[in-house]
Amino acid sequence: MPQITYREAVRHALAEELTRDPNVVVMGEEVGQFQGAYKVTQGLLEKFGPLRVADTPISEAGFIGMGIGASMLGVRPVMELMFWSFYSVAFDQILNNAANVRYMSGGQINCPIVIRGPANGGTNVGATHSHTPENILAAHPGVKVVVPSTAYDAKGLLKSAIRDNDPVFFLENTLLYGEKGEVPEEEYLIPLGQADVKREGKDLTIVTYGRPVIQSLAVAELLAKEHDISVEIVDLRTIRPLDIDTVLASVRKTHRVLIVEEQKPFCGVGAQLTYMIQAEAFDELDAPISRLCTIDAPAIYSPPVEAEQLPNPQRILKAALALLD
Amino acid sequence: MSKKPSATIDQKPAAPVSYGQAPVNASLTAEHKIELYRQMVRIRRFEERSHRAYTGKNAAGGANIGGFLHLYNGQEAIAVGCCSLMGKHDHVITAYRDHGHAIAVGMNTKALMAELYGKITGCSKGKGGSMHFFSPERNYWGGHGIVGGQIPLGVGLAYGVKYKGYKGSAMAFMGDGAVNQGAVHEAYNLAALWNLPCVFVIENNGYSMGTSQARSSAGELAKRAEGYGIAWAACDGHDVYEVRATMDKYLTIAREECKPAVVEIETYRYRGHSVADPDNTYRTKAEIEDYRRTKDPIQVFQAILLAEGVLTEASAEKIDEAAVAEAEAAAEFADASPYPTAEDIQKDVYWESDNPDQRTSQGRLFFN
Repeated sequence: MPQITYREAVRHALAEELTRDPNVVVMGEEVGQFQGAYKVTQGLLEKFGPLRVADTPISEAGFIGMGIGASMLGVRPVMELMFWSFYSVAFDQILNNAANVRYMSGGQINCPIVIRGPANGGTNVGATHSHTPENILAAHPGVKVVVPSTAYDAKGLLKSAIRDNDPVFFLENTLLYGEKGEVPEEEYLIPLGQADVKREGKDLTIVTYGRPVIQSLAVAELLAKEHDISVEIVDLRTIRPLDIDTVLASVRKTHRVLIVEEQKPFCGVGAQLTYMIQAEAFDELDAPISRLCTIDAPAIYSPPVEAEQLPNPQRILKAALALLD
Repeated sequence: MSKKPSATIDQKPAAPVSYGQAPVNASLTAEHKIELYRQMVRIRRFEERSHRAYTGKNAAGGANIGGFLHLYNGQEAIAVGCCSLMGKHDHVITAYRDHGHAIAVGMNTKALMAELYGKITGCSKGKGGSMHFFSPERNYWGGHGIVGGQIPLGVGLAYGVKYKGYKGSAMAFMGDGAVNQGAVHEAYNLAALWNLPCVFVIENNGYSMGTSQARSSAGELAKRAEGYGIAWAACDGHDVYEVRATMDKYLTIAREECKPAVVEIETYRYRGHSVADPDNTYRTKAEIEDYRRTKDPIQVFQAILLAEGVLTEASAEKIDEAAVAEAEAAAEFADASPYPTAEDIQKDVYWESDNPDQRTSQGRLFFN
């Protein structure tokens, strides 16, 4: 199977869907002539032309709102946010208009928009550019939230997202764009809301998503080799809808849970998971649920210290060992 | 306190019959003219009846209508004039003072009143309320609660019309208070930059809630369009002929040349910002009475139609009686209709959860 990068996987998904459906358009800052701030959309303008791949001004509330309005008429815009951090200047459009219009119209209006872009820390760009808003987004009924960790998942999930009739927010990761993975040449889709057991194990479940999946896999390898500990890794892939059944099945198998998320702890995805696991599998737990998050402060700039603030293999290892102690 | 820095509408002729000779009006049949008049009266009577419902009690002693109620009384000529120009590919979106536009695009007043009452028979099944009326089948896209937030959506409708290759337009309505919101300016820029057929309509009733234009907005409102290279105009919203003549020009340009415009329409609202506004802090009763007496859009148009011989006092009376009866029937319908049930709360959230046989995603969508 060919190996391509996460970046190429996203690009291929966009290109395939642009080819498949004439209603799909790609819009955003620097997606065309500049070839994408992170080169995700490289080559798409040449291939599909300026009507299908359109550069917008730096005007997130304006162009995201425009995409929402167009989607109500049946266009299927895939809007790039150069950073998901910029969602805050389009908050009203994203979380009032896109999230609510179906409900407030009594189900008369659909909003089949995809908003995608990177949402991660670890690039030393300070607090304004390092937001991970998946919990804030997913707190709004009416929306779907996807956070893929691998090239394979990114492609299959993005294609599903573009075909979805509800608004889907797709959170990528600049530190994963260059990561290679096996991606088949033939077309495939991954349904939203389906978690993936990235590694089977029996002693401990790590529930995670996004870049910490990759880090957790490395830690699991180490734990197996050096500590004879067998770790199961559940990659949520989608935050909403949430595949809680796969999480619970793993809890029933290992009886110990570590949640790893590149989020601040307060009201994060892990808080919701913790509630649901204890509510639905309390008797299966041999230890309190443990949670490893980004250290609770705005994202620090200082490069070596930012690496400490985020989940990293050392912190994950320590948390896993503490849970098994 | 005077509401405007300059009284531009006073400089216009008192009886602007010339707009009746504009081709878009001269071509109207007597029936069409009466229909315009009837719609304005229907809006007025609907609003008066909903105001009565809001301040009254239902049989159980509770409120008929919850939340806010922003009434359109005094502004009728704008919604009716603009929406009367709509063709198959023309779209409308507005803010929370949305009842007039809903009636003007042809929505059923029973469904509108039932929505105000929070009933399942309402146009949004009781899920939207006064500020959130929608009728996509009539190209009416709401009804939006956040000042200025609907304007980028309006540009998106114009984009959609253009992208799909239709000769059409979007009318994006806002109040004078919206012109200072950033989203409006982002929308202006996009519409101009991408040549989108969007006509931005500023319904300038002089007050953004309780703050007069002089106290909230620098400069001339529509003229801000110049900064974006967008054509603009200002007109009198008390005369439905003038509204139609002005809007027809810019809608035609939008449809034919794919160019946006900003049209500021002078108007006045008789009621407070919402029914909750006691309306005694920022303008005088004399000012309101003066508008009612001299510029009421229904009275203005009635005088024109009487002079044209299209309408008689007796036929005007009949139209009014029918409008009162329609509003009353709407209230009775709303009152008699059932509320949504608790089971309805989680319907209409996701397309997928409402169409389970076509669902492709998995996992939990709701968290109770």
